[in-house]
Amino acid sequence: MKALAIDTSNLVMGVSVISDNKIVGELTTNMKKNHSVRLMPAIANLLEEVDIQPGDLDRIIVAKGPGSFTGVRIGVSVAKTMAWSLNIPITGVSSLEVLAQNGKYFDGAVCPLFDGRRGQIYTGLYGNIDNRIQLLQEERIIQLIDWIDTIKDTSRKVLFLGNDLPLHREKIEELLGDRAVFGQAADHNPRASELAALGVARDGEDPHTFTPSYLRLAEAEAKWLANQKK
Amino acid sequence: MQEKNEIILGIETSCDETAAAIVKNGTELLSNVVASQIESHKRFGGVVPEIASRHHVEQITIVIEEAMKEAGVEFADLSAIAVTEGPGLVGALLIGVNSAKALALAHSIPLVSVHHIAGHIYANRLQEPMEEFPLLALVVSGGHTELILMEEHGSYEIIGETRDDAAGEAYDKVARTLKLPYPGGPHIDKMAAEGSPVIDLPRAWLEADSFDFSFSGLKSAVINTLHNAKQRGIEINPNDLAASFQESVIEVLVEKTYRAAREYGVKQVVVAGGVAANRGLRGRLTDRFANTEIRVSIPPLWLCTDNAAMIAAAGSIEYQKGKRADMKLNGNPGLELEAF
Ligand SMILES: [Zn+2]
Repeated sequence: MKALAIDTSNLVMGVSVISDNKIVGELTTNMKKNHSVRLMPAIANLLEEVDIQPGDLDRIIVAKGPGSFTGVRIGVSVAKTMAWSLNIPITGVSSLEVLAQNGKYFDGAVCPLFDGRRGQIYTGLYGNIDNRIQLLQEERIIQLIDWIDTIKDTSRKVLFLGNDLPLHREKIEELLGDRAVFGQAADHNPRASELAALGVARDGEDPHTFTPSYLRLAEAEAKWLANQKK
Repeated sequence: MQEKNEIILGIETSCDETAAAIVKNGTELLSNVVASQIESHKRFGGVVPEIASRHHVEQITIVIEEAMKEAGVEFADLSAIAVTEGPGLVGALLIGVNSAKALALAHSIPLVSVHHIAGHIYANRLQEPMEEFPLLALVVSGGHTELILMEEHGSYEIIGETRDDAAGEAYDKVARTLKLPYPGGPHIDKMAAEGSPVIDLPRAWLEADSFDFSFSGLKSAVINTLHNAKQRGIEINPNDLAASFQESVIEVLVEKTYRAAREYGVKQVVVAGGVAANRGLRGRLTDRFANTEIRVSIPPLWLCTDNAAMIAAAGSIEYQKGKRADMKLNGNPGLELEAF
């Protein structure tokens, strides 16, 4: 199977190509630059470098969120359209799960996170079970302090991953003490190669009905719903 | 010269309509699919950009597929893909632009970017020839009120524009004052047909030689009229107020268009944009030019509102001129027509 993997859900932009379980190419940048301008040239260049035509692809894999609403939609729009027009399936993988792969050999729990503003984080708890990263606590958007409260009973060490950690590190250290472990520079970028490897092992979906996973309602929608309940 | 059977797929996602269409040779409409989100935005009293973007990403491939199926065309048949680059809501534009780029790459199809207002103007070409230059376009929509002079295909010079509210904006604000449901424009048009323009409202002519517009004073006058009547306990017929408001808007639009057409010696006047669906405007403009040699073209109502057929039609002009967009194409919310 040949598959193209795309992640523009956060600041990191990643594109990767997997061919018969071998990662043949990967491109990662971690800069505040426009994904909408850079994603398609990156895909075109990488496919050319690895000598694969779009028509050779069997699947498109995309990081479906959470993350920046706009960022998620750029990747998902491209992935859906490529998959539908090439008549191949699409597979979505949680952006947090992709990041969690960077802790797959950590002996403890792994906590990937993206900042969600106003003290909130997008996060979930993962851990290595049977040599595979598996979900321990469901992904959500939550106040950091409430999240730490949720996971503090684990007796294991927790590895925190994500480029937004500088915003929250102090608080985490204060609340979890030396049970908190922090990744190194190279651990904080989600890797499109991990996304590709996860995606090919899963089922394909219909591109028409595929939607991003925002984990959060649009603000106007949330307010409207709250007013309906009054 | 125009290649035989030029087939263009148009994609438009600049606001709250997810749209795709197929146009043959720049003038022949093969399919026109519009997924309107209006029901979803009604509860918010206006278009919410984040909600619009969410709907676009859900609808985009479905809408494109439907347009292609209806037209009976395959990717191999497409000469080019034309997509709205701007102006519009940035998050919404991005969906169309990135989908268009993905299609262009996946199937090696040339990509053309289109200015949304150029699209509105070229909606006319799907119905009537647009070959007589210079040509004057009156563009009236929720976000635009402009007089655009065209010396030839694909060339645009703005000779007049609104200094404050767009005509469509004034309609929406007055509709809100009259407590009409969103979107208000069509309601006012309907009420105006029931009432008479008996209430005295101002017309903003600005400087004698200016083709610019201003509607904020008129909007305030409507609000004041209602307010004063209420304080004095006088009942105002809302149909009359709607008719008076509409009369003021239309008189200025029609008169300025007429003067500009004369001054620039244009051969054809084209009306474009959502407010061109207004029956009052259509009638009055046609009347004003009735005894002149200037041809007035107004597209049918269904081509006046946002759609992708107009984007494909305008895209055909760009394509024939040899203009191409590349994989770096981005949505541009403030794209200017003259720079385009
Ligand atoms: Zn429009």
